[in-house]
Amino acid sequence: MEKILEVKDLQVSFDTYAGEVKAVRGVSFHLNKGEILAIVGESGSGKSVTSKSLMKLIPNPPGRITGGEIIFKGDNLVNFTEKQMQKIRGSDISMIFQDPMTSLNPTMTVGNQIIESIIKHQKQSKHQAKDKAIKLLEMVGIPNPEKRLSSYPHQFSGGMRQRVVIAMAISCNPKVLIADEPTTALDVTIQAQILELLRNLQKRMETSIIFITHDLGVVANIADRVAVMYAGKIVEIGKVEEIFYNPQHPYTWGLLGAMPNLNEDSEELITIPGSPPNLLNPPNGDAFAERNQYAMKIDYQLEPPMFKVSETHFAATWLLHEKSPKIIPPDTLRKHRQVSAIEKQKDRLAKKREKLLEVKNLKQYFSSGSNVVKAVDGINFDIYKGETFGLVGESGCGKSTTGRTIIRLYEATDGEVLYNNVNIHDKRVSGDLQKLNQNIQMIFQDPYSSLNPRQTVADIIAEGMDIHGLASSKKERLGKVYELLETVGLNREHANRYPHEFSGGQRQRIGIARALAVDPEFIIADEPISALDVSIQAQVVNLMKKLQKEKGLTYLFIAHDLSMVKYISDRIGVMYKGKIVELAESEELYQNPLHAYTKSLLSAIPLPDPDTEKIRKRIKFDESLFWNGEGEEPILREVKEGHWVSCTEQDFQSIKKQFNAV
Amino acid sequence: MLVTFLIIATFTFFLMQTLPGSPFNDERLSESQKEKLYERYGLDEPAPIQYVKYMANIFKGDLGVSFQYDGRPVSDIIGERIGASAVLGAQSLIIGCMVGIILGIIAAIRHNTAIDYAAMVIAVIGLSVPNFVFAGLLQYWVGVKLQWLPVAFWEGFEYSILPTISLSVFVIATIARFMRTEMLEVLGQDYIVTAKAKGLNQFAVVMRHGLRNAAIPIITILGPMTVSLLTGTLVIEKIFSVPGLGEQFVKSIMTNDFPVIMGVTLFYSILFIGVVLIVDILYGVIDPRIRLSGGTKQ
Repeated sequence: MEKILEVKDLQVSFDTYAGEVKAVRGVSFHLNKGEILAIVGESGSGKSVTSKSLMKLIPNPPGRITGGEIIFKGDNLVNFTEKQMQKIRGSDISMIFQDPMTSLNPTMTVGNQIIESIIKHQKQSKHQAKDKAIKLLEMVGIPNPEKRLSSYPHQFSGGMRQRVVIAMAISCNPKVLIADEPTTALDVTIQAQILELLRNLQKRMETSIIFITHDLGVVANIADRVAVMYAGKIVEIGKVEEIFYNPQHPYTWGLLGAMPNLNEDSEELITIPGSPPNLLNPPNGDAFAERNQYAMKIDYQLEPPMFKVSETHFAATWLLHEKSPKIIPPDTLRKHRQVSAIEKQKDRLAKKREKLLEVKNLKQYFSSGSNVVKAVDGINFDIYKGETFGLVGESGCGKSTTGRTIIRLYEATDGEVLYNNVNIHDKRVSGDLQKLNQNIQMIFQDPYSSLNPRQTVADIIAEGMDIHGLASSKKERLGKVYELLETVGLNREHANRYPHEFSGGQRQRIGIARALAVDPEFIIADEPISALDVSIQAQVVNLMKKLQKEKGLTYLFIAHDLSMVKYISDRIGVMYKGKIVELAESEELYQNPLHAYTKSLLSAIPLPDPDTEKIRKRIKFDESLFWNGEGEEPILREVKEGHWVSCTEQDFQSIKKQFNAV
Repeated sequence: MLVTFLIIATFTFFLMQTLPGSPFNDERLSESQKEKLYERYGLDEPAPIQYVKYMANIFKGDLGVSFQYDGRPVSDIIGERIGASAVLGAQSLIIGCMVGIILGIIAAIRHNTAIDYAAMVIAVIGLSVPNFVFAGLLQYWVGVKLQWLPVAFWEGFEYSILPTISLSVFVIATIARFMRTEMLEVLGQDYIVTAKAKGLNQFAVVMRHGLRNAAIPIITILGPMTVSLLTGTLVIEKIFSVPGLGEQFVKSIMTNDFPVIMGVTLFYSILFIGVVLIVDILYGVIDPRIRLSGGTKQ
C-alpha cells in the first residue's frame, strides 16, 4: 500500500514558566493512501499536538518541534518555511476542528470562508469559486446551498456548522484530512450523521484521514487502523480489529474496559487507577508503569520498544518480551459477566416500593420578550427510594432544566414536585426549603467551574454543614471533612488545598464529597462525567455506585451518554423537546425501544466493537412526525408493566396488539 | 432619545439658575440700567416661567440670544463656530483611530517583543500626559524652534495640524491599547487557527479574520472617546486660539453668558446622543450576530 504520510520520531515541546513540557515524545507512524487512521488517547496524551504539528500549526512560541521528520510527498515538512507550509495547508493537508461553534469566523459569511482557500490554492476567479462552494455545500448535505452561501455561522445549528467546516476542509481535494475530535461537541445523532458523511466523502475523494478522538465507539465505527497514545507516545498501533479483539498493551485494556458495553451487563467498570503523568518531568521507563497493575521492575527503568505482534500490529510494552510472564488480559474485557436480565429486574422490583419523588405535570417556560421557550413542557415521572433514575436526551431537550427546576433553582411555571409527599414547589413550605436542600443535593457537570477557586477544599466541602449547622465544633467539622475525603477516594492532606491543584476527576470527587456532606437522601447528578476522560469517568461512576450501595442514596442521573446511563440506571426516561417520550427499565428500554426517537437515539451510539459497527444501520428519526400541536396530543401511556411510551390512543392500541401477538 | 434630551435640558437650566453671579454684575451699571437689561432678556420673571418659555423656544429651534454679544442669537454663534471644531474633532478621531489600530495590531502580532513594549510605552505616555502639555511642547518645538508650522489661529490646513496631533494622542493611546488586547484574544481563537489551516498568509489572517472581530469592542469605546475629544477641544482650542465652539464655550463661562452655555451644552448632548446612535448602528454593520434582520435562526 502506498504511504502518503510518514512521521518518524516526532518530538514537540512547549516552553512554560515551570520548564519544558515534552508533549510529544518520539511518535512514529505512517498513513496509507485512502485509509482512516484513528489516534485515540485521553486529554494530555499529545494526540492533538501531534496532529497540529503535521501542519505546523503549533503556536510558536511557546511550542516547537524539537526533533523528528514528517515526510509528505518526499519532503520533510519539519524543514519547510512558513511560506512553503502555507502552500501545503488547506490544499494538500487540511484540518477539521473540534468545536464547530468556535472554528468559524462569526463575522464572515460561510460562503466567503469556503471560497477563501479555493481562490488561494486553485487560482480560480471569485465566480468559479462560488460555484464550487455551492457544490461543496451540496456534497456535505446542506439544503439550499445557493441561499446558505450568504448566511453567517450563527444562523446554522452545530451539526450544520460542522458540515460547513468539512466543506471548507475538502474544498481543494486534500490528500490528507486531519479531523481533531470532530464529533466530540455534537449530540449522538448528529455525530452519527457526521461520521457517515466523513466516511462517504473519504470513499468518494480517496482522501486519507487522520481521525483524532477519545471515544472508542467512534473509533470502531470509522477507523481502519488505530494508534493508541499515552503520555506523548504511541503505545499500541494496529488494525482496528487487532486493537479491539487482541489488545496487547495494558493501557489499551484499561481503555476498553472502562467503556460500558451496551449489549452486556457488568457489575463494575474496569478503571485505570491514578491519572496520567506530568510531562514536565516524564518518568523514566514506561510512562504507564505507575498505573499498570502488571508493571514489572523493568517498566520503571527502561522504555519499552515497539514489539511486533503481527505485520500490522505493534505495541510498546515489556509484557511482549519473550522473558516476561504471560498475562492474560482481564476477561471483563471481552466476556462480560452475564447477569440474567430477569434476575436483575427482580432485584429492582423489590427495590421500587416507596416513592421518594413524584414529578407531576412539571412545566418550565423561559420567555425572552414575546419568545417563549418551553424548556420543560409537562413531564411526569416518579423516582423510587434507592434507585437510579436516568434522564437522557440531546442538548436542548430540557433534561438539565428538569433537574434544576426540581431543586427549585428555577421557579416552575406549572406543576408539582412531591418529595416524600410534600410539594416542594408550594410557596407555603418555603420555610422547610432549607431542610429540603439538605435532603436533595446536586453534582454539577463542569468540575472546573463548579468549585469556588478561592476556597480550600475543606471549606468547599463543609459549607453545607455550616449552613445546616451539622457540625457543632471545629474538630467535628474537620473530622467529617476527612471522613468524606476518604469516602470519595482522596486523602486527608487534600483538605487544605485549593481546587486548581486537582485534576478533573479529583475535582468531581470533591464535588461529590460536597454533596454528601449534609447526608442527603437524594442526589441530582447533572452530567457528572461528561467533562471527564474515559478512564476517569469509570472511576467516578464506580464511586457513585459504591456510595449508593453503602448509603442507600437515590440518584437522578442526567446525561447524554447513553451507554453510561444504561450502565448506572435502573430506569430511564428519554426526553425530547421538553417532553418524556419513553420511560422504562433500562434493560427493557435498550432491548425493546418503542418510540421512534428512542430507536434513532439508540441506533446512533457507536459501540466499541468494530464488527457490529460495520454492519450497523442507523435509524433516522423524522422530526416532522413529532407531534406539532395538531390532532390528538400523544401522552405517556403504559404499554407494559413499567414501560411507558408517549403515543396517541390509536398507536397505543396497535402497540398493545403487537405485544399480545408475541 | 427625546427624553434624554429633555432631561439634559432641564438639568442644565436649573443648574444655571443655582449659579451665583449674573452676567450684568458690572459696578458701572446703575440699578435702573440693570433692571432694564433684566427685563430685556426676560430675567426678571420667576424661574419656572423662564423655564417654560425656554423649553418652548427650544422646540422652535430658538436657543435664545447671547448676553455678551448684545442680542446675537445663540444658534448663530454655534453655527459660526462649529466649523473649526468639527474639522479638528473629525481629523483627530480619524487619525487617532487609524494610527491606534495599526499600532495595536503591530503590537499584538509582535507580542512580547521590543516593538510591542515600545508601542505600549507610547500608549501609556499618551494616556497619562494631559493633552495641553503636548500642545505646549508642540508649539514650542515645532512652532517656535523649528518654525515648521504656525502656532496659533485658524487660516488654513497647516494651522490645524498641531492641534489635531495634540488632540489625537489620547485617541491613539486608548485605541492602541484596546486593539492590542482584543487582537491578542482574537488571534487565540479557533477560527484563526482554521484560517491558518487554510493556508492563508499572516496578513490575510489578521486583516480578514482578525480585524473585524477585534473591532467590535473598539466600537464600544468610540462613544466615550468622542466625549473626551469634546472636552479636549475646550482646552486645545484655547491654547491654539482656534475660533471653535470649545473656545467660545470657555469664554462664555467666564462671562456668565447663560444662553450660550446652555445652547452649547445642549448642542454637545445632541451630538453625543447622535454618536451613541451611530455606534449602535455600526455594531450591526460589523457584527452580523446582532443584526436585526439576521435574527432568523434556522
